[in-house]
Amino acid sequence: MTNRVMIEARGLVKRYGDFTAVKEIDLEVKEGEIFGFLGPNGAGKSTTIKMLTTISRLTDGLARVAGHDVTRETDEVRSSLGIVFQDPTLDIGLTAWENLYLHGLLYGLSRTEIRERADAVLAMMELQERRKDLVKTFSGGMKRRLEIARGLMHRPKVLFLDEPTVGLDPQTRARIWDYVKSLRDENGLTIFMTTHYMDEAEHCDRIAIMDQGEIIALDTPDNLKRSVGNDVITLQTADDAQAIAALSSNFSITARSVQGGVQFDAEDGETFLPQLLARNLFHVTSLNLRKPTLDDVFMLLTGRTIREEDLGARDQMREAFRQRGNRR
Amino acid sequence: MSLRAVYVVWLRELIKFWREKARIVTSLVQPAVWLFVMGKGLSGFVHLHGPFSGSYTAFMLPGVMGMTVLFASIFSSVSIIWDRDFGFLKEMLVAPAPRSALVFGKILSGATVAMIQGTLVLVFSPFVGVQLSFTGVLEAMGTMFLLSLSLSGLGIAVATRMTSMQGFQLVMNFLLMPMYFLSGAIYPLQGLPTWMSVIARIDPLAYGVDALKWALIRFHQFSLSVDYAVLVGLAVVFTLIATSLFKMEG
Repeated sequence: MTNRVMIEARGLVKRYGDFTAVKEIDLEVKEGEIFGFLGPNGAGKSTTIKMLTTISRLTDGLARVAGHDVTRETDEVRSSLGIVFQDPTLDIGLTAWENLYLHGLLYGLSRTEIRERADAVLAMMELQERRKDLVKTFSGGMKRRLEIARGLMHRPKVLFLDEPTVGLDPQTRARIWDYVKSLRDENGLTIFMTTHYMDEAEHCDRIAIMDQGEIIALDTPDNLKRSVGNDVITLQTADDAQAIAALSSNFSITARSVQGGVQFDAEDGETFLPQLLARNLFHVTSLNLRKPTLDDVFMLLTGRTIREEDLGARDQMREAFRQRGNRR
Repeated sequence: MSLRAVYVVWLRELIKFWREKARIVTSLVQPAVWLFVMGKGLSGFVHLHGPFSGSYTAFMLPGVMGMTVLFASIFSSVSIIWDRDFGFLKEMLVAPAPRSALVFGKILSGATVAMIQGTLVLVFSPFVGVQLSFTGVLEAMGTMFLLSLSLSGLGIAVATRMTSMQGFQLVMNFLLMPMYFLSGAIYPLQGLPTWMSVIARIDPLAYGVDALKWALIRFHQFSLSVDYAVLVGLAVVFTLIATSLFKMEG
């Protein structure tokens, strides 16, 4: 990660009539950073991406991508970014190769450059053997990989991924994450992604949690989780009363007796537990360490869990379409 | 850069057109039905008066080509809705190319495809008694291209205002069929009630069909310079309208 700012937003606002979808957002993403945008459906994540990628006009504020103003230097911004949208945007009536070829032409690459880069990105995404097949015969994971491949064809400086792993099986999700990380490590690519999977957000260097058009928290995943509170440790012991007394006298920890054992909070459970066990104060038969999750962070900040949000009609259609598209 | 973008949009449509060869063949079904089922059936009853001395089916051939161009143009512009609903449009919208390039590419590809489909209808000419000349065919192709530029522009202008396929279907029924019937494709535009001739006068297809009739069967009802002036004018106007409506989106 360098100190160069690749994405910058100041007081970003998007209004649709009376409805304010994005309320004065500020953010800064450094070169080589994987920046995650986390929030429920309808939080304004996609709207923000649309503004940063020049698809949607800003109602107010300022945004720069790769040093270019998104409103005034549209073409420069567009040339320096790659996007993988939430909805598939491949042409399923064309082959994988044709999709890449047209993309290359559109971004002003020469035919030799297109050939070289298409080969390279297809190899990276492990799709060389399917290059001549129509995209409609691809599985959901293959389509997603091809979209990422296409987004990389013109060597963007910033890659936007809008819910890149929605609707994919866990193995494919893990593979896509491997690709994304290697892109960052090998090419210094800056990655801006949205997700509503909490576990995925953990892969990011920093996370902005968005809710109802506002960024309500912005930090590293660890710091965010730390802000929720301490780790919770539950011990099963031979004698709970003795354990509670020992914890109190040796560590001045107030433990409580719960069903299934003794429970207490610790600031840093991973380092505390070995210390405790090394002292051999009482016999522990089993132990459980629960770290706060990003779900807890979201819960603390909004009073809701992120998954509680019902899918809107449009999302349901999208899911249905996606599943139909993935079946073959 | 923007010429390239126009080319990319055009190329994409033509690759897909070429891939669906079955569609090319089925696109001949409707003209065949009009020429042979309608045309042959009616020819016993229809007696054309005036300067045109050929058969009724010969009279219909340029009109049916006009219809083919009409439908092909409108269908290709519908694909802009398809692209929007299925996301491909977004890929174009984030590319470093002006939106107008997208519209021009769409209109040009629509016109190319429509011209090809319209020209294919000429395979029926020996069966309907139309003798083709080389220049006649070239003239017809040029006319169809020009006609389709304006119709594709119109189609895109309508399509950008539409939010669903169903809406477009509705427009098709209310707009396209009357446009076809009042274009002079199936009967000459003479001795009609005033309201019909007024509508025929504002029907873009009427001018295209008139010019096509001149190219292929040496018969026309408007002056040819009016035909071409209207076609060129409408192509420019509809392209501009389509471009500005499209730019307003999003």
